Amino acid sequence: MSSTPVIRGVRFYLAHAPGLVVHGSKPSRDIARDPAVAGTLRGALRPFDAARDYPPTQVFLGALPPEALHARPRPWADAAVPSPRRGPHGEIAPEEELLGLIKAGDEFDLVALERGFAAEARAALAAHPLATPADLARLGKGASDADLDTRLAGPTPALSLALPSGRRVGAVIAGHEVDQTLAADVLLENLATKATATMALRGLLAAEGLDPARVDYVLNSGEEAVGDRYQRGGGNLAKAVAAGAGCVRATGVDVKGFCCGPVHALALAGSLVAARTFEHVAVVAGCSLAKLGMKYQGHLRAGQPVLEDVLVGAAILVGPDDGRSPRLRLDAVGRHTVGAGSSQKAILEALVVEPLERLGLKFADVDRYATELQNPELTEPSGSGDVPLLNYRVIAGLAALRKEIAPAEVEAFVRRHGMPGFSPTQGHIASAIPYLGHALDGLRAGAMRRVLLLAKGSLFLGRMTQMSDGLSVMLERNAP
Amino acid sequence: MDLKGKKVIALGERDGVQGGAIAACAAGAGAEVVLEKTYCFV
Repeated sequence: MSSTPVIRGVRFYLAHAPGLVVHGSKPSRDIARDPAVAGTLRGALRPFDAARDYPPTQVFLGALPPEALHARPRPWADAAVPSPRRGPHGEIAPEEELLGLIKAGDEFDLVALERGFAAEARAALAAHPLATPADLARLGKGASDADLDTRLAGPTPALSLALPSGRRVGAVIAGHEVDQTLAADVLLENLATKATATMALRGLLAAEGLDPARVDYVLNSGEEAVGDRYQRGGGNLAKAVAAGAGCVRATGVDVKGFCCGPVHALALAGSLVAARTFEHVAVVAGCSLAKLGMKYQGHLRAGQPVLEDVLVGAAILVGPDDGRSPRLRLDAVGRHTVGAGSSQKAILEALVVEPLERLGLKFADVDRYATELQNPELTEPSGSGDVPLLNYRVIAGLAALRKEIAPAEVEAFVRRHGMPGFSPTQGHIASAIPYLGHALDGLRAGAMRRVLLLAKGSLFLGRMTQMSDGLSVMLERNAP
Repeated sequence: MDLKGKKVIALGERDGVQGGAIAACAAGAGAEVVLEKTYCFV
């Protein structure tokens, strides 16, 4: 007998990481070519309050609905008002907490934090409801400046951790002297991913009131490659995150699919619950540190601060029908097949039209389409356009082609069934799932009946195929 | 624009027009597509 899977909850852990921007892929490459770029970047970073109060952040945390951004003039920072760091869907943490948690998740003594900074991180984390005594124990007393000098001098390659002020606060050493898959920058990336996903999962379980020991399985759906040179990307971060969140009776696995990894993982989690293989499955995704500062040049040209300074982790709980949480419609999973063709129209026909046809629904029967939700203020200055809007126009265009709306109604359809982008450019995080908290609220409160989550993956980036990928899952209100 | 006999580099993007579609249009208009790529800008 199968069980209808529902999504019980979602939680996000955002971390402001301005000091780590220099370790983003684009900034670090540019700094290697021209060290003066580091100073330019440091001069254009936002303080924590600005990142916290930025309206798209408050939408992510659930304090504002996405539609609220329509009414605010851009740049959205001008409309910022002092706001709490915690909202209905998660929190945004300052950098000292993030770095403390990175150290707390470091089981191989790869990270050393300077003694004074470690004390600051300890004080901040001691007051955090989700930090554990084990975190504080692993944080330790910190290292002296001389210790940091020794670590940074080698022979194992290392990188320095600094705050935007330039203050050195730590060091990360490589996990091996020559293995590039265990280089210091790779391990920093993976430890940040682990920390953000772990905090999101802790927050989710606390919010849901679910004993961590009742989680049976964890699917990690982020893009980061955990492994060594003989098994690059071999995984398994899921189990490390499960351990960090106290899920002592869980194991798990990593599900990879570029930006559509989380939606693939949701479909898999629902299937595992439906088949009664497991009762509670958590889908997690950590941050993409490599994407910090990815488009900083555009921001600087536009006179903006470096807006890609926020890392995001996510956790989603899938379980058996509880009579109130939105159902995952496993009978209408949209998939972009090998034979479907790679045009935008072909991809969105596979992800939108096919599921609708299978369920006998019209485009307007879906209250909201959650697609690529990158914040346009992050992408437009570098010429990448408004990504959500591009996607919504194609969806509306398909509705017009099928004569469900008139061509003149395309923009109205986009406005009614789409939303402005509000997500940091955090890879897999930005695809569909930032809306999940709003979707669960709306579907539970009865204001909405259906939400379609759809995500695309750029498989061609890995040079193994020219194809893209995509998957969609329909969420439906539980009560009639 | 007359593309006959011209060499074309087709750079597409995932969320817009993919490189393959640009290349097909250019080739259909008589151009020689010398490079075709699709990028993801997010």
